[in-house]
Amino acid sequence: MSAYTAYSLKNVANVPERLAPGHRMCAGCGSTIGIRAVLRALKPEDQAVITCATSCLEVSSCTYPYSSWNDSFIHTAFECAAATTSGVEAAYTAMKKKGKLDETYKFITFGGDGGTYDIGFQSLSGAMERGTDMVYVCYDNEAYMNTGIQRSSSTPQYADTTTSAVGSKSDGKPQFKKDLTKIMAAHHIPYVAQTTYIGNFKDIHQKSEVAIYTEGPAFLNIFAPCPRGWRYDESNLMDVCKAAVESCVWPLFEVINGEWVLNYEPKKKLPVADYLAMQGRFKHLFKPENEYRIQQLQDEVDARWDELRSLCGVV
Amino acid sequence: MSKKDRMSGNQAIALAIRQIDPDVIAAFPITPSTEIPQYVSAFKADGLISTEFITVESEHSAMSACIGASAAGVRAMTATSSAGMALMYEMLYVASSDRLPIVMAAVNRALTGPININADHSDSMGANNSGWIQIYSEDAQEAYDNMLMAHRIAEHEKVMLPVMICQDGFITSHGIENIEVEEDSLVKNFVGEYHPKKHLLNPKEIIGVGPYSISAYYYEMKMGQFHAMENARKVILDVSADFEKTFGRKYGFFEEYRMEDAEFAVLVMSSSAGTGKDAVDALREKGVKAGLVKLRVYRPFPAAELAEAFKGVKALAIMDKCDGLSGNGGPLGAEVRAALYGKTDGIKTINYVFGLGGRDIHVKDFFGIYDDLEALVKGESRPDCKHIGVREKR
Repeated sequence: MSAYTAYSLKNVANVPERLAPGHRMCAGCGSTIGIRAVLRALKPEDQAVITCATSCLEVSSCTYPYSSWNDSFIHTAFECAAATTSGVEAAYTAMKKKGKLDETYKFITFGGDGGTYDIGFQSLSGAMERGTDMVYVCYDNEAYMNTGIQRSSSTPQYADTTTSAVGSKSDGKPQFKKDLTKIMAAHHIPYVAQTTYIGNFKDIHQKSEVAIYTEGPAFLNIFAPCPRGWRYDESNLMDVCKAAVESCVWPLFEVINGEWVLNYEPKKKLPVADYLAMQGRFKHLFKPENEYRIQQLQDEVDARWDELRSLCGVV
Repeated sequence: MSKKDRMSGNQAIALAIRQIDPDVIAAFPITPSTEIPQYVSAFKADGLISTEFITVESEHSAMSACIGASAAGVRAMTATSSAGMALMYEMLYVASSDRLPIVMAAVNRALTGPININADHSDSMGANNSGWIQIYSEDAQEAYDNMLMAHRIAEHEKVMLPVMICQDGFITSHGIENIEVEEDSLVKNFVGEYHPKKHLLNPKEIIGVGPYSISAYYYEMKMGQFHAMENARKVILDVSADFEKTFGRKYGFFEEYRMEDAEFAVLVMSSSAGTGKDAVDALREKGVKAGLVKLRVYRPFPAAELAEAFKGVKALAIMDKCDGLSGNGGPLGAEVRAALYGKTDGIKTINYVFGLGGRDIHVKDFFGIYDDLEALVKGESRPDCKHIGVREKR
């Protein structure tokens, strides 16, 4: 994995916070952890403009007349965060060319999975294809949490959400989760990565740093558990993330200028059932008559893992 | 010194864009406005403009990118038509509530359903309550002149609202006309530079744009837009007066044509006004006291001024190139009648819907309209709202 600086958790944790406390996100929320981790990778001397798609994050972090952002911030609508950023970036380029601005700005866009995998997908794809010098960060909590836990194309199969309700005739969401990171890699942009909160946060920090300081478009997909939507105790966030990585439900990898790199391979894969068992949204799968569905999920995870290993040249 | 040239409405808009040289243009192709981004691309390819040109993947993204660029402190423009504008509707409201002086070249085309590429006003009428200033152009000359005034109006510190400059698709956008064009340097001087008070790329002051606003604040923000739209009235007239002083062509909220002693008047917008004026001339030859008002500024709506203009008139035809399908006539008809109510009682009115999907309107159609008005004044009955130029099953 490429990184510009040697990692030290102590040094990184001492960087001034760019997302101030006092925002209205839930206790134990997985998204703000990711936002702070990304922002810590910004050089303190660099300016940034943050764009946010309509989301939990937006309504909770920039509620008039307050803002938690220590950088200039713009929200326009749900489906167009990336396009909005491409406008800001074009303005920056215009000002730079005309000598109207000395400072260096970085452009970071945050969206949830609804605003990224679904309604904002076209805008994201367009901004990436146009080569906008920006980082798009998806905090993927696998459903529309802001409106009350509705299924998205990122919601995993069989998850119980308020629009893929479990009942006597339903076992939750019928469809598989969309593999967005792979779709973004297919844009052949300079940098695409998938990460989450593991250990001393080295993985997310270094990927954020590379994403921010790579010239051109970069996409970072962060697995960001939602205790309300996934139904686990807030204090278990790190365990849920670890189980997702150890079970290969959420592999850590990056695609650097087209080269696929697997960042972590578990010595012994954790059974997917162990990951599912931690969360109330999969509770119905553990009824005896549903056990075959857990096997289906295991098979899907195994197939995608093998495909990823092959892309990364891991034999 | 202005010089004569011949060009289409789209070329006139493109010329204005080249002369203004905005910082950012984000646009998506849609007939009949497509030529405008094509000209921008060609200007860029030839090094004639310094504009950053964002070739977005949709009109929704075009307006989103304009919002981002304008919030970042630069001049941002776009061009669109019809369904493209409809796809922008959500973002038009965001642009105006963020108080961003974006300028749009709107080339009016019928909204799809069924798909059609020709002129009517259903696209911009659908955005008539989006908080944008709307200025309509009769011909290529007016499209050019209105575009030269747009930034001055939009960026005025008491306004700070987006502006759309409308012209009729194909009829104006593609019809070649003789127009007067101005020197680049004079245009640059007239338009001036843009120095926003607050923007995203100011290292000395961070700002937040587009915050979540609960009921304790939303209403006050809307009041800010309300006052800005009110302030726009004077600014539009001031800029128009300065334009006349600089370039010699006079503009107001509307143009009054042979209205001095008119008893029968037509109110119409954009290119159809030219046809109407021919009808007025012919009727005047016959001794009919016909007159016409061409509405230029639709937002903010000059209600008091229109009521004043029509106060000596016996009957008025209000012409909508859009059927709002409201069951109560077109949007212009409803607004003009509201404007006249209680101020000019006694004027008889008929609201005509015409020209949908590019259906031509002829001088003889206007004769029929003036005949209706005369009949109405004589005490004959006519419907409140009427569709003209339409084939109907009998």
